[in-house]
Formats: sequence, structure tokens, C-alpha cells
Amino acid sequence: MSGAHGSTVTRLYVAGDSRIHRISPEVKLVAVFAVVVVGAVTPRTEVVAFSVYVVAALMVVAMSGIGLIKYLRRLTVIVPFILFAFVIPFVGGGEKLNVAGVALSVDGLWAMWNILVKAALGATMSIVLSATTPVTNLLHGLTRLRVPRLLVAIISFMLRYIDVLVEQLGRMRRSMVARGHDPRWLWQVKPIASSAGALFVRSYERGERVHQAMLARGYSGVMPAMTNQRASINEWIAVMVYPAVCFGVLMLAVV
Amino acid sequence: MHAPDGFLQPSVALVTAVISFVLLAFALRHAGSELGDRQVPLAGVAAAFIFAAQMVNFPVAAGTTGHLLGGALAAVLLGPWVGMLVVSVVVIVQAILFADGGLTALGYNTLNMAIVTAFGGWATYLAVRKLMPRTSGGVVGAGALAAGVSVVLSAAAFSIEWLFGASAPVAFDTVFGAMVGVHVLIGIGEAVLTGLVLSAVMATRPDLVVGARHLTSDELQAKSRIGMRPFLIGSIVAAVVVGVVISQFAASSPDGLERVAIDTGFAEAATDHALDSSLFSDYATAGVSNEALSLAVAGTAGIAVTLLVGGGVVSASRSARRRQMV
Repeated sequence: MSGAHGSTVTRLYVAGDSRIHRISPEVKLVAVFAVVVVGAVTPRTEVVAFSVYVVAALMVVAMSGIGLIKYLRRLTVIVPFILFAFVIPFVGGGEKLNVAGVALSVDGLWAMWNILVKAALGATMSIVLSATTPVTNLLHGLTRLRVPRLLVAIISFMLRYIDVLVEQLGRMRRSMVARGHDPRWLWQVKPIASSAGALFVRSYERGERVHQAMLARGYSGVMPAMTNQRASINEWIAVMVYPAVCFGVLMLAVV
Repeated sequence: MHAPDGFLQPSVALVTAVISFVLLAFALRHAGSELGDRQVPLAGVAAAFIFAAQMVNFPVAAGTTGHLLGGALAAVLLGPWVGMLVVSVVVIVQAILFADGGLTALGYNTLNMAIVTAFGGWATYLAVRKLMPRTSGGVVGAGALAAGVSVVLSAAAFSIEWLFGASAPVAFDTVFGAMVGVHVLIGIGEAVLTGLVLSAVMATRPDLVVGARHLTSDELQAKSRIGMRPFLIGSIVAAVVVGVVISQFAASSPDGLERVAIDTGFAEAATDHALDSSLFSDYATAGVSNEALSLAVAGTAGIAVTLLVGGGVVSASRSARRRQMV
């Protein structure tokens, strides 16, 4: 049940000029997806393959220059599921292994490892992607990958207004606290929920104003094409080496 | 419920991704044709609103907090297609940018958190609305109930996916019981919050609420305020009733089914056939004391989810067509 992030869109990007930063967004998106897919389909018993993936992913993190602390702090998103994973060996069925007097399910331990390593790998890739690619470039990348324009347009409006709405929410919060609001129980929730309702009305009206402003600037129902040079074949080949190596390791391990 | 990568088997990830992809494509077509170009900035700002609303932590009881999920709220406010589209966008952005939910888990995360909640919530809303007075209070009450039901439906959908693609030796029964049990409680919170948010919107701009389009301006004016306390007590009573019914179903009625099965001697034959098929994940059925029973539970839950979500999709398409003809 996560969703409370604390960090919003503008704070995701870590400015820099590393090799990872310089990769074209569409190439980076495809490479990230490919690595995560290869990781997800790898059988959990292939420990060697997973070690290669983890070492490679950590090398990418190091190359990107995000900084270890920042990386680990963002990795905490997966904590709720790590907690769930740690429960599995205790509740799981099947063959039991006796560790210091506690019976742990062997299958459960494998399942725990499976969730931990795949979740961490996937989250690492998302973190690298969002930390090294400015959001606007990411949207260009999505367009060039032929994601429907309408969808990209909705996503771009969402990203544009998240910070505005979060700040507005913060202001509403502060003024409520200033008036002595300090809820502890569910039945004291009404003022917060009402302010969320007010936020929706304000957001909707903001959407209407934005639309009118767009019409005034000649918007005709289609977002203007975002022109930018495409990634070269050489860049595609150079970057796709990474998922290709992961795939090769998987093939070697399985065959 | 933002499941990470590797939480369910790749086959389930792929199938749910295809389903989500197709529905998302339909939703894009609907959003594109229904309200035209106005919809783009509105849907974007609404997605930002859902994202921001998920960041607001509400007190549940001393020290514990919860937050809105928003699937049913979005459906009632914006209509099921746009609502589903908006929540899907939130789920996709959370996965790509915030590492919240896996990239290969996008299929089932979108299905459970956006599609099932929006369409299941919409179908429940339409059904409950008929029983409520034709006033803003009726809209708020029906929306709140639909929100609570949508959360439980989402948990049931996840449990069913677990049956097909479990990644850990935890039986379907355990997962179903835990997920649905916990989400009945979460559903109470979601119902209260959705109701309050809806009533705040209905008080200021009822014209924005797609789910209130059936009301005339006189009906909107009619006063039938539902107080906070009776509403809360009502939703808790409803949740307890639902919980008791589910636990009866999961615990005792299986005994009845079992007895019938033993009496008639079809128990072995039935389980052998039903479970030897490799369709179900070995994990989800291994170690279950009564396999036929858990399949029955899964089947019924599956039918309930499918009927409600399917009903939502059908009525949503139908109302969209009617609006086009007018």
C-alpha cells in the first residue's frame, strides 16, 4: 500500500553528465525494460545468472553517478514487499529446514530470494532511468517509441501538475494545522477528505483553464510533434549490449 | 498493492499485460472521441490529483495511517473509461519513475488497481444508485459503497492471479483469506474517504461528477444530508456483514461441500481432474487440505469479479454510445 513518496517529479532527476545520462531516452527505456524482463523470466535457482545481473546493475548505478546513499534511499520503495518476502519461509509449506531451532520452508526460502532479487533488480533499473533522464526527455522517448500521443500527452500533463497539486495540498494542510487541526482517529478525517474534494474541484478547474490557454495558443486537439533527432543505430547497438549480455548469461545458465 | 517484479509468474504477467493493454487501447479511443480535445489536460490534471490524493495520509487509529486508492472515486467523478485511463496512467508513472511496482508487473498492477477498481466500482455504483434516493446524498452513499467494494474486488482479483501464477509456497486459501480480510478493513477507509471527497465535490460543482449526470437540478438541490456518524456506523456494519459472509463461505460452507463430495463419492475424481491440469500454479494448490473447495472459492470469486468488471465495461460502453447518438 505504498504511494506516499515524499519526493515528487522534479526531485527525481540527478543532474550529471555520465555515460548513462547521455544515452538517448528511447534507447534507455528499451534497454531498461529488456533487462527487467530477462531478470523476471530467469528461473530462481540460477544463482550465478542473478549474481551477474546484480553486479552489472550495480556497475550501471556506479557509472551513472547517482550516489550510493541516494540510490539506497530510493530503493526503500520495495520495503513492504521485502517484509512480505521474509514472512514466506515461516508460513510456507513443503520440506522444512532447521535453522537455529526454527523450521523454515526450503521452498519458501527460494521464493523469498526470488522476490527479493527480482524486485531489487527491477527497482534499480527504474531508479537509474528516472535519475539520469529529465522527465521531458523521457516523454520524447515515449513518443519516439510510438506510445499513443494521447497517452503521452496525459502523462506529460500529469507530471507537469503533480508538483503544483502537491504544493497546493501542502498549503491546505498548513492552514489546517494553523487552525489547530490534529487528527488521530478515523472519525476525525472529515476536514482532510473535504480538502481533498476541494483539491479535485480546483484541479478540474485548473484543467479547464489550461485547456482554454491551450486553445488561445492555437491548440487543435493534437499535441505538436516533439521533434528531436533520433538515436543512431550505433547507439542502439552499444547500449543493447547490456541486456544482450544478461540474455546470454540466462541462455548459458538454462541450457 | 504495487507488486514488484517477479511477484507472479511470467505467464500471468504476460496475460494480464495483454488484457490491460487492450482495455487501455479502448479507453484511449473512448477518451479521444467522448469529450474531444478537452479531455487531455483534464485527464492529466485528474491523474495528478489521484497521485497527490494517494500521498495524503489519513489517521485510521492512534498511530496508524492509510491513504486513498482512488479507482472507484475516479470512475464516479470522471466516468469509468476516463477514470480507468487516469488511474492506469498513475500506476504506469509510479512504476517507471518512482520504482513503485515492477515494470514487468505492470500488467497485473494496472488490471488490479485501475481496471478492476474502476469498472467493478462503476458497476457497483450503478447498482447501488438505484436503491438510493435520487439526491446528492444518494450519489455520495452509492459512490462510497462502490469504493469499498472495489477495494475488496481488487484483492480478490490479485488472489485469483495468485492461483494461476504463485511464486511462493503459500496456498491460495491463505492468500485469499489474508488479502480479502485485510482489504475489507482498507475498504471501509476507502468508502469513508471516497464518500467525503464526493460530498465535497457535490456541494460545490455537482456538474463535474459524471456519476451524477442522471440527476436534474431540482434533485441536486434536495436536501438529504447523510451525517458522518450514521454513515460510518452503516459502513462498518456493512463491512462486518461482508466479512462474516466471506468467512462463513471460506470456512464452513466448504465443510458442507466436502460432505456432499464424500457422500456422493465424486471428491477424488473431481479433484484429480480439476487440479491435474497445469493451468493452476502448483504452489497455490499444494498443501491445501481441500483442493476442490479452494477451487470453488476461487471460481466464485472469479465469477463475481468478472461479472462486475464485465458489467461495468458493458454499461460504460453502452452509455458512451447513447451519448454519441444524442
